[in-house]
Amino acid sequence: MLSYALRRLVSLALSLAVASLVVFLVVEVAPGDPARYMLGTGAQEDTVAALRAELGLDRPRVERYLAWVGGLLTGDLGTSYTYRTPVAQMVADRLWVSLPLALFALALSTLLAFPAGLYAAARRGRAGDVAVMGATQLGIAVPNFWFAMLLVLLFAINLGWFGAGGFPGWSDPLAAIKALTLPAVALALPQAAILARVLRSALIDVLGEDFIRTARAKGLTRFQALWRHGVRNALIPVLTIVGLQFSFLLAGAIIIEQVFFLPGLGRLIFQAISARDLIVVESVVMLLVFAVILVTFLTDLAYAWVDPRLRRRR
Amino acid sequence: MTRRLLPGAVLSALVILAALVSFVWTPGDVASVEVAQRLQPPSAAHWLGTDQLGRDILSMLMVGARTSIAVALLAVGIGIGAGVPLGLAAAALHGSWLDEVIMRGNDLIFAFPALVIAILITAIAGPGAVNAIVAIGIFNVPVFARLSRGAALSLWSRDFVLAARLAGKGKPRISAEHILPNLANLLIVQGTIQFSLGILAEAGLSYVGLGAQPPVPSWGRMLAEAQTLVAIAPHVALMPGLAIVLTVLGLNLLGDGLRDALDPRLRDLRT
Repeated sequence: MLSYALRRLVSLALSLAVASLVVFLVVEVAPGDPARYMLGTGAQEDTVAALRAELGLDRPRVERYLAWVGGLLTGDLGTSYTYRTPVAQMVADRLWVSLPLALFALALSTLLAFPAGLYAAARRGRAGDVAVMGATQLGIAVPNFWFAMLLVLLFAINLGWFGAGGFPGWSDPLAAIKALTLPAVALALPQAAILARVLRSALIDVLGEDFIRTARAKGLTRFQALWRHGVRNALIPVLTIVGLQFSFLLAGAIIIEQVFFLPGLGRLIFQAISARDLIVVESVVMLLVFAVILVTFLTDLAYAWVDPRLRRRR
Repeated sequence: MTRRLLPGAVLSALVILAALVSFVWTPGDVASVEVAQRLQPPSAAHWLGTDQLGRDILSMLMVGARTSIAVALLAVGIGIGAGVPLGLAAAALHGSWLDEVIMRGNDLIFAFPALVIAILITAIAGPGAVNAIVAIGIFNVPVFARLSRGAALSLWSRDFVLAARLAGKGKPRISAEHILPNLANLLIVQGTIQFSLGILAEAGLSYVGLGAQPPVPSWGRMLAEAQTLVAIAPHVALMPGLAIVLTVLGLNLLGDGLRDALDPRLRDLRT
């Protein structure tokens, strides 16, 4: 297990190194002169020159890249050009919205998907299965931002149970959770549909195994056999999807945050993009990439923990 | 089998037909602004109602379908055009450094949150349909590379490939003449699924203002513009959303149906 974890750790570090290089190249090299890009075409020459000096653009690219990576490693993400505040502080503030939202949505999606997938697998081929699968087919096709608008129309405008957007902050935890509920539901439902389908097909694969037949021969019902012996064995593909979904939810929250005017990472990146604040854009993108790569790494470790056979592979 | 294939094919055909018809005829003029006619509910004159500028929503949806289809289709084209040759090369040179580089590169693209990078690309290069196509297309490349590598690997050990090697054919020629034709079914099925994901992605990008720019109608931007009107004229927000759902649903059903039809071995597994 330890050597497996170490090998995965090396690959994690390599992915991060390459990813940081790609982000740096896209953000700092692709637009040509970042200072001119950030200030717009109408900027005075001396303003551009001043910003170039401030950003250290007069230094060689390799040196700038190394300085940026060094900063990332020590938690210094630079200073936002438009807000004049440390980017690390801005990101930390926004994470308090985006991270709870992603976790909330992940919990909802898992809570919805498990019973649905289990039920569909147990009733395979019958009316209940067809109904659940039909619903998931629909769930996959619904764009989450449109679903969010429907939720606002129904629960905020017509019924008045929730606010239509905005975030009151965590000083009142109940109000904060209430404000995150509709966004979390909008994010979770399409993901739950995918997860339920994966769980169902993984369970159906397991249903063909000898140990399920033995359990059934022992007198357990199909559902009992699935619950006691099937679920754990079907967890591998399910874990993959849950891991992928967490990263997707964190990044996918970008659009949902726009719908509900939530001050999360998504809105930060949009504001930074429209203000052409490349320093913020670069750091937030790198942070999201880091989150995705880290979650993939943890998922890999979780596999090896659930299924010892995987430790020997690779 | 036809349970999924037929409704999927009908829905997809309807959307494509609507987009094609819009080149020669639409019920209303999408460029004409008639403020007096704004936010009308569905009626005999305007089947799906009118939007905030008095434009016929059905006509907007028909013309918007062109954008969605073109962006998603070209993005699938990028995925197949770059991904399949990469996958075939990786399989033909299985175990070599090139295989390793291609697969690690794919893993890396998977590690990037697709939406964030799409936003980044369109932000740096400027919003627009072309950049949306590139942004969505890049994420199709590893999907097709992985798929064709996996399928090609199992084909390389088959007798007919061995026979071709004995006949003196080189690896590139075998890949093109013997491996590729056997991947066609898989590629069609995956292409349909990526096509539907592309429709969703395009809607998302144009919703946040990074897709096709005005005056070209697009479903995502119609939704963005309808958002503030949802309380007074819900149909303006409902119709584009329904168009997206029906298109994506149709394509997904078509993909599933095609998989069942083209690969009978899977039919029993997926009931």
